[in-house]
Amino acid sequence: MASEGDRRAGPEVAARSSKVLGLGAGGPRGVAIAVASTVVFFALLVVAVTHAPGWPEVHRAFFSWAQFRTTLPEISRAFLLNVKIFCIAEALILVVALLLAVIRSLPGPVFFPLRALAIAYADFFRGVPTILVIVLLGFGAPGLGLKSVPTSTTFWGIVALVLVYTAYVSEVYRAGIESVHPSQEAAARSLGLTRWQATRYVVLPQAVRRVIPPLLNDFIGLQKDTALVSTLGAIEALNQAQIDVNASFNFTPYLAAALLFVAITIPLARFTDWLVLRDRRKRQAGGVR
Amino acid sequence: MPTTLELMLRALVVLVALVLAPAALAANCPTVSKGTLTVGTDNPAYPPWFGGNPPPGSPWKVSDPRSGEGYESAVAYAVASQLGFKSTQVVWKYVPFNKAFAPGPKPFDFDVNQISYTPARAKVVSFSNSYYDVNQAVVVLKGTKIASVRNVKGLRSFKLGAQLGTTSYLYIKDTIKPSHQPAVYPQNAAAIQALKNKQIDGLVVDLPTAFYITSAQVQNAKVLGQFPTTPGGEHFGMVFAKGNPLVGCVNRALARLKANGQLAGIRQQWLAKATGAPVLK
Repeated sequence: MASEGDRRAGPEVAARSSKVLGLGAGGPRGVAIAVASTVVFFALLVVAVTHAPGWPEVHRAFFSWAQFRTTLPEISRAFLLNVKIFCIAEALILVVALLLAVIRSLPGPVFFPLRALAIAYADFFRGVPTILVIVLLGFGAPGLGLKSVPTSTTFWGIVALVLVYTAYVSEVYRAGIESVHPSQEAAARSLGLTRWQATRYVVLPQAVRRVIPPLLNDFIGLQKDTALVSTLGAIEALNQAQIDVNASFNFTPYLAAALLFVAITIPLARFTDWLVLRDRRKRQAGGVR
Repeated sequence: MPTTLELMLRALVVLVALVLAPAALAANCPTVSKGTLTVGTDNPAYPPWFGGNPPPGSPWKVSDPRSGEGYESAVAYAVASQLGFKSTQVVWKYVPFNKAFAPGPKPFDFDVNQISYTPARAKVVSFSNSYYDVNQAVVVLKGTKIASVRNVKGLRSFKLGAQLGTTSYLYIKDTIKPSHQPAVYPQNAAAIQALKNKQIDGLVVDLPTAFYITSAQVQNAKVLGQFPTTPGGEHFGMVFAKGNPLVGCVNRALARLKANGQLAGIRQQWLAKATGAPVLK
């Protein structure tokens, strides 16, 4: 048994790490072909772009190293506001969306009004463009002039993002809940657990684990959408980049902002891929080989 | 006493000069589409820079640049006339601010949209000489705490806002140096709403725009004051593709309009109200 396990560990680990990129499906020769075709593809792309008639101007306008260096520190500082917004928003979204998904999964005609509300909510906020929710709330709510209503743009930006992403994430949770076989709940109830206990200790743990990858997917979407809060006047990474672009008429600060977002989202995307792969292996391990 | 003949001759000379001068100016002044002068500006274009009511179905909102009303529209037509274009030969094109300096061929001969000259910007596009020397001002709501401030220093403890792409933001950041992070809005409408909502205490804009806001956009607002003129000053210039030879033609046209008093007349007509705000020390 042990020797068999050891024997299998080697290739499996290699397969796992390479599968993340889909590289080397055909062994060493496959890797060589993949590398060669990648090099050729990018070489052609670089040649095509740098020989375009407008390249010198594009180079100056979008890839100015001097601009990049002088504006990156400022944009990085502004990016902290994006980080603050998506951290607070994500924490709220994960909780509120779960609550909404559980409400929508409540059985019985008694809970129909709650279910209907949850459905209407998800339909509405998934249908309205995020930027409109942000602008309407961010300028509309403080416009009421009520003393108790905050005027902070960060506050309303977070509220709008939570509203929109809760709608998406509650659907993800619901998919997870529905993927747990009804026999699981039946078994739990037959053991004497209440409906709430069955949901809390049997259904949700399985459901949530299954939907971790799509949850992270929505988290990445949320991170990018924090840039929309710029419409309210908050100086976050995009707005700072816009300010720098308008001061110099050079577009490189946009590139700096894009790189900051990518620097956070790419590791998270790879992490998500890895989780999917690990989950698949686990489930395969549990089944018939 | 000059004789009648002399007077008539003088009049003739002036007339000939008037007729020939634009033609002479127009030589070596290539435009993007022959026989027309294409002028860009943003939409909506706001008073007092632009005026007139857009006819129903017009793509232009708030003002109609084709009306010749408003300071910038009037100056553009005056320049066009100096270059030898009839007013029917002037074509207006919607150019969002970002597009005025994006790389690639420009779809306009020049863009006129309250764009301030700065040396950094002038590396990317060509600016005409000044057609308006501008001062920044701050608009506040009447009866608020900031409304009793009398100097620049006093503004520091308040939340200030500006419009994206204006030098007003740079003025806030570099000269006022407020303790609160300023807000920067992508559109005029957003900045106005934020002021109404008290999401900002003061909005920094150019002086004529400040007077337009208080007279037409926000009922209970006032121009708290204008900022002291900085050495060298700030001015609006028309924006051209970098190195466009038309700049020289437009600069000569502007020089004539300054010399013959026409520019001052246009300023008097459209921006007369935009003076007399107290200067914040």
